[in-house]
Amino acid sequence: MLKKISMSTMAILLASTSFAAAETVNWARAGDSLTMDPHAQNEGSTHTLAHQIYEPLLIRDMTGKIVPALATEWGPSKDNPNVWSFKLREGVKFHDGADFDSEDVVFSFERAMTPDSDMKELLSSIKAVRTNGKYGFEIETKGPNPIMPSNLTNLFILDKGWAEANKTVKVQDFEGGEETFASRNANGTGPYVLVSRAPDSKTELKAFDNYWGKGEFPLHITKINYTPIKNAATRVAALLSGEVDFVQDVPVQDLSRVDSDPKLKVIKAPQNRVIFLGLNQGDADLSTDNVEGKNPFADVRVRKAMRMAINRDAIMKVVMRGQSIPAGVAMPPFVNGWTKELDMVPAADIAAAKAMMAEAGYGDGFSATLHCPNDRYINDEAICQAVVGMFAQIGITVNLDAKPKAQHFPQITNLTTDFYMLGWGVPTYDSEYIFNFLVHTKGDKRGSWNASRFSNADIDAKIVSLASETDLDKRNATIADIWKTVQDEVLYLPIHHQVLNWGMAEKIDTVVDPEDQAKFKYFKLK
Amino acid sequence: MISYIIKRAMQSVVVLLAVGLVAFGMFRFVGDPIDNMLGQERTDADVERLRELLGLNDPFIVQYWDFLTGAIQGDMGVSFRQGRPALDIILERLPATLELATVSAVFAMVMGILLGIYTAINRKGFVTTTILTTSLIGVSLPTFLIGILLIYIFAVELGWLPSFGRGDVVDFGWWTTGLTSWGGIKSLILPAITLGLYQMTLIMRLVRSEMSEILRQDYIRFARARGLTEKTINFRHAVKNTLIPVITVAGLQIGSIIAFSIITETVFQWPGVGLLFIDSVQFVDIPVMASYLMLISVMFVGINFIVDMLYLAIDPRLRDGKEG
Repeated sequence: MLKKISMSTMAILLASTSFAAAETVNWARAGDSLTMDPHAQNEGSTHTLAHQIYEPLLIRDMTGKIVPALATEWGPSKDNPNVWSFKLREGVKFHDGADFDSEDVVFSFERAMTPDSDMKELLSSIKAVRTNGKYGFEIETKGPNPIMPSNLTNLFILDKGWAEANKTVKVQDFEGGEETFASRNANGTGPYVLVSRAPDSKTELKAFDNYWGKGEFPLHITKINYTPIKNAATRVAALLSGEVDFVQDVPVQDLSRVDSDPKLKVIKAPQNRVIFLGLNQGDADLSTDNVEGKNPFADVRVRKAMRMAINRDAIMKVVMRGQSIPAGVAMPPFVNGWTKELDMVPAADIAAAKAMMAEAGYGDGFSATLHCPNDRYINDEAICQAVVGMFAQIGITVNLDAKPKAQHFPQITNLTTDFYMLGWGVPTYDSEYIFNFLVHTKGDKRGSWNASRFSNADIDAKIVSLASETDLDKRNATIADIWKTVQDEVLYLPIHHQVLNWGMAEKIDTVVDPEDQAKFKYFKLK
Repeated sequence: MISYIIKRAMQSVVVLLAVGLVAFGMFRFVGDPIDNMLGQERTDADVERLRELLGLNDPFIVQYWDFLTGAIQGDMGVSFRQGRPALDIILERLPATLELATVSAVFAMVMGILLGIYTAINRKGFVTTTILTTSLIGVSLPTFLIGILLIYIFAVELGWLPSFGRGDVVDFGWWTTGLTSWGGIKSLILPAITLGLYQMTLIMRLVRSEMSEILRQDYIRFARARGLTEKTINFRHAVKNTLIPVITVAGLQIGSIIAFSIITETVFQWPGVGLLFIDSVQFVDIPVMASYLMLISVMFVGINFIVDMLYLAIDPRLRDGKEG
């Protein structure tokens, strides 16, 4: 009896506390932000936290559309295509009360363009930035840059006065041996103020009283507690026990467990990330195969046979438990240049693939080594295990070498792999970004992630031309043209588009951001 | 005697240097830190610039030398992951680990000794059998599984205890503690049990066998003949003699509690040095990994040095300088 009473008292107590704390959201994901300095790391988890505190000139909303943030209007200037001009929002305050104006924007851009900044690559086309009155801002580019706005959506604006007063004008680097003020403190114009932060442990944010966007955004959440929880099982347990309300990365094997809980729900959406395999098709001989003096991957028929041998539906159903979208092209579906036709999944046809292997002179097959990460993409190692079996069916004996990401990715950038898995997200939502890194010949400026050894001077010239082509129709035609070559040459073997799974309390109402960037100002509470 | 102390001290320094050398030799197999430090948009020129800046192109002996010369001046380098001095990060995380290790050591000692005595005195019976059987789980299940099981039962199903983190923590600047609030103590219970379970089982089994042995000794029989109560015999005579080997073993186990905390901290997202180490390995944060390994080896070498000095105090034969 006594036990019963105390249990019901507890239930009442619990109910009342959860009611009182209705505007707080406890948020967890696997990794923490690396730094509060918004220009020091161009990395997803770091940007996600920064988006609550700092703001860029333009922002992508939760559906991926570019909308105004600190700039209200923007466009290339009429008389000079090399100049982009921005009209800045008036009456915006920083968290410490300082006013926002064009000086802050110039300062922030110049800060982000210094060698220590990790954002500088996105701004590499900029020649100079300048103010144009208190609320006007201009970017002068080295040549016309038609897609400038999509490079600016993660470029956060700091207060010049605050940075100077706290000696944090320089971006955090690794030379000095001292931490900069901005790596631990924050002063943005964003909807939430940093209250406290213990790295890898807990970050507290509260709503900013003087936020310019009041009335424009839901802003239902007034307090955010952010905790990284590394262990997937613990993360799910914390969600199930109600200690956490929102988890950005629910492992696929636990989705049904979370979804079946009446207090919780899982929402899903395709992510801006495609998973594919790369092949060394440029070298005369491979070091990891058993064919002497020849490179079997150099033969387009072998690559076509391999594309046909992958059963993408089986991977989706068995390995991913339905949580992936089979892909026919190494490009996420949000990107400019994506078409349904390109993304048509090639049917798995073992007989045809075998015939093509025989035609190429590899009827008896060959062996090769596939390098795979085991802690980077969803079920990455399991996908590789599955394709090993599929390639065996057409006579290719694949030795799987799965390693942590810190060891896997250097093999791609140092060209010490002939066959590898890679995933690619496109923050600019434009094909040029993919071409620059994955298709252009590997060199100092472009092609840093192209380990396929593919090199085509004609294609390289077309890729370079995209940067300054202002006629969008012509530009899109070139993009389609390049994709045709990429597909015909089977530059990459696409596998699937990843799906994001956000687990959350029933009370939270949001859509999934394709870049996995939760922006809490858009969140509603029921 | 002085020469013995100097000799031991020199040996300790050599051990430390060797640990550091092996660690630095292994770092090159952990992976390339540049990959995590620069975003997807880096160019090959950026990679080369940062590699040169961090001295990653140098042979590992040179890197090790740079680390040592820095370490002697109190500069353990800057974390690649957080961009802050590695030593600051470790010192900030250390209280969480030490608090967890201390609580689990106390838990293991107290529970181990109590249960050991109980099962030694009551050699048969349902309770004893149950304790012994369940204690087998403690030694045979891996730590992470015990942690997950405890989370499932006490956090998810019963909802009594938190599943992760340290709860409310009070910061004194040089030390942080969760022991001052109920929330902090609640957060400590599951990780402390997970971490201490193996040691508890070990101590319990040791106490039980030692005490069973002692209860068969002649002086216990004489004590009984003298008409002393069972309570006096068990607790005044038997237990005292049981504890000598137990304390030796328990001392040795403290080191492994701190070492095992890596797994427990990962399961419970406990913000200590163990979790920091795992994060650093994944990121290839060489300065933090090196500092952590040096810290742990200093600790182990220090404990061993003290033990050696205690032997010296206890064993007169070592004092003549003829230890060989």
